Amino acid sequence: MDWVNAIIQGTLLGGLYALFAAGLSLIFGVMRLVNIAHGDLIVLGAYLGLSTTLVLGVHPLLALLIVVPLMAAIGYVLQRGILNQTLGTDILPPLLVTFGLSVIIQNGLLEIYTADPQKMDAGVLETASLPLGSLSIGVLPLLTFIIAIVVIGSLQWVFYRTALGRAFRAVSDNQDIAQLMGLNRRHIFGLAMALALAVTAIAAILLGIRTSFDPSIGGGRLIFGFEAVIIGGLGNLWGTLVGGVILGVAQTVGANINPGWQLLSGHIVFLIILAIRPNGLFPKVN
Amino acid sequence: MLNVNNQPILQMSGLDAHYGDFQALYNVDMEIQEGEVLAIIGANGAGKSTLMRSVCGLIDNEPDQVKYRGQNIGNLRADQVAKLGIALVPEGRQLFPSLSVEENLLIGGQIGREGVWSLNRVFELFPILKERRNVPSTALSGGQQQMVAIGRALMSNPDLLLMDEISLGLAPVIIKTIYDALPGIIDDGMSVIIVEQDITKALSVSSRVYCLQEGRVSLEGQSSTVSREEISRAYFGVE
Repeated sequence: MDWVNAIIQGTLLGGLYALFAAGLSLIFGVMRLVNIAHGDLIVLGAYLGLSTTLVLGVHPLLALLIVVPLMAAIGYVLQRGILNQTLGTDILPPLLVTFGLSVIIQNGLLEIYTADPQKMDAGVLETASLPLGSLSIGVLPLLTFIIAIVVIGSLQWVFYRTALGRAFRAVSDNQDIAQLMGLNRRHIFGLAMALALAVTAIAAILLGIRTSFDPSIGGGRLIFGFEAVIIGGLGNLWGTLVGGVILGVAQTVGANINPGWQLLSGHIVFLIILAIRPNGLFPKVN
Repeated sequence: MLNVNNQPILQMSGLDAHYGDFQALYNVDMEIQEGEVLAIIGANGAGKSTLMRSVCGLIDNEPDQVKYRGQNIGNLRADQVAKLGIALVPEGRQLFPSLSVEENLLIGGQIGREGVWSLNRVFELFPILKERRNVPSTALSGGQQQMVAIGRALMSNPDLLLMDEISLGLAPVIIKTIYDALPGIIDDGMSVIIVEQDITKALSVSSRVYCLQEGRVSLEGQSSTVSREEISRAYFGVE
């Protein structure tokens, strides 16, 4: 029963990883930008959530109403103000600039919030569980997983059923021709980053309820996000969810063998999949 | 369309264009009147496509080198130019591979300019596209892709339509189908610039013609009166 439990917990954890990864995947898909600061933006979102709950005295889930639009606005300004200037034929400038951004965010958070681990207080939600036979399923992990499915389903809908998604795909296909259609790519990229950071904000709040966080944990979240995207296959959002689940299950099963193996087993499974299927499990076919 | 003051819809004066260190256009003067169909001919590498890219904002120029209805547009971005009412059917069609046929058309229309062109009107012009509206644009034949490229440009309801090498790489019977559709487009008083390597085709649909040679205008004249000798001299630069 331990194993079944590990697999269920890992699957639910995968929902959180998929949320980390969705923003990363979206940004790469639309503008071929690898955002090294993504993990730190998640942590930034968690701190913004913390401040919101403390200042307004609201539940962390209600803080989403503030943090999601705030992060979206930060995303738009960041893209128009800085990141658009780095995009071109050379892939190095965006890597360097987002790496620098990562350092700045981390140190900024350190100055404001100190290095002490923080946590958001979500009351009974943190410990509530549902019985399932002899197992019990945490309500928060289950909620996280459901939110991940809803978010990815919504992103999929935006991408393939709306004018905005059409614009994202057109700009991703051919920037010059998209510009001829009256689409200002700088604005479209800004909207893509806004959407990505709105999703990141959701991931951030769920992270901040689930575990304690401090300014230094961004790098780890970035790696989980990358691994989920790459396992699932670039450009495929449902694949990213599967990638997150595989990573989550690998970690919990590894931890079940030996608590010290949690992270290592996740990375090993990632490397094995990368070796066998370099394009991920479900690469987008063009 | 009524043209009271006889102002050209588009005017290029002293237009130079560069790709890095390479200069592709030298001091080009050219104009097109409202409702006119203009042909631009010239050999490969004469600068025809560069000229199209300059007009629609994909190449940055000095502001006053390109004027649209008296307004300087030489330094505007392509999306700003498109909103003013200039649309390009690009060389090689360049459809969006991730978009279906219908989505390719819709994205041309999202610019929001009012006019006679709509999805249904494009489907009337090219009925085959209605049948294939939901397939990926990459699944179409070359001729059908060209129809989508033309439809996509029309969907923005432009006042000035630029068509760059629309017969390139297509079978003669397909080229005929596409050129047969042209009168249905031009009828509404749209101004059109047609860039062609097929001189006969270009002259048959246009009222005036310019020839480019190595980035310079080598001939300007009425399509109906310009002689074969003049054209071959202007085209190849030989006496």
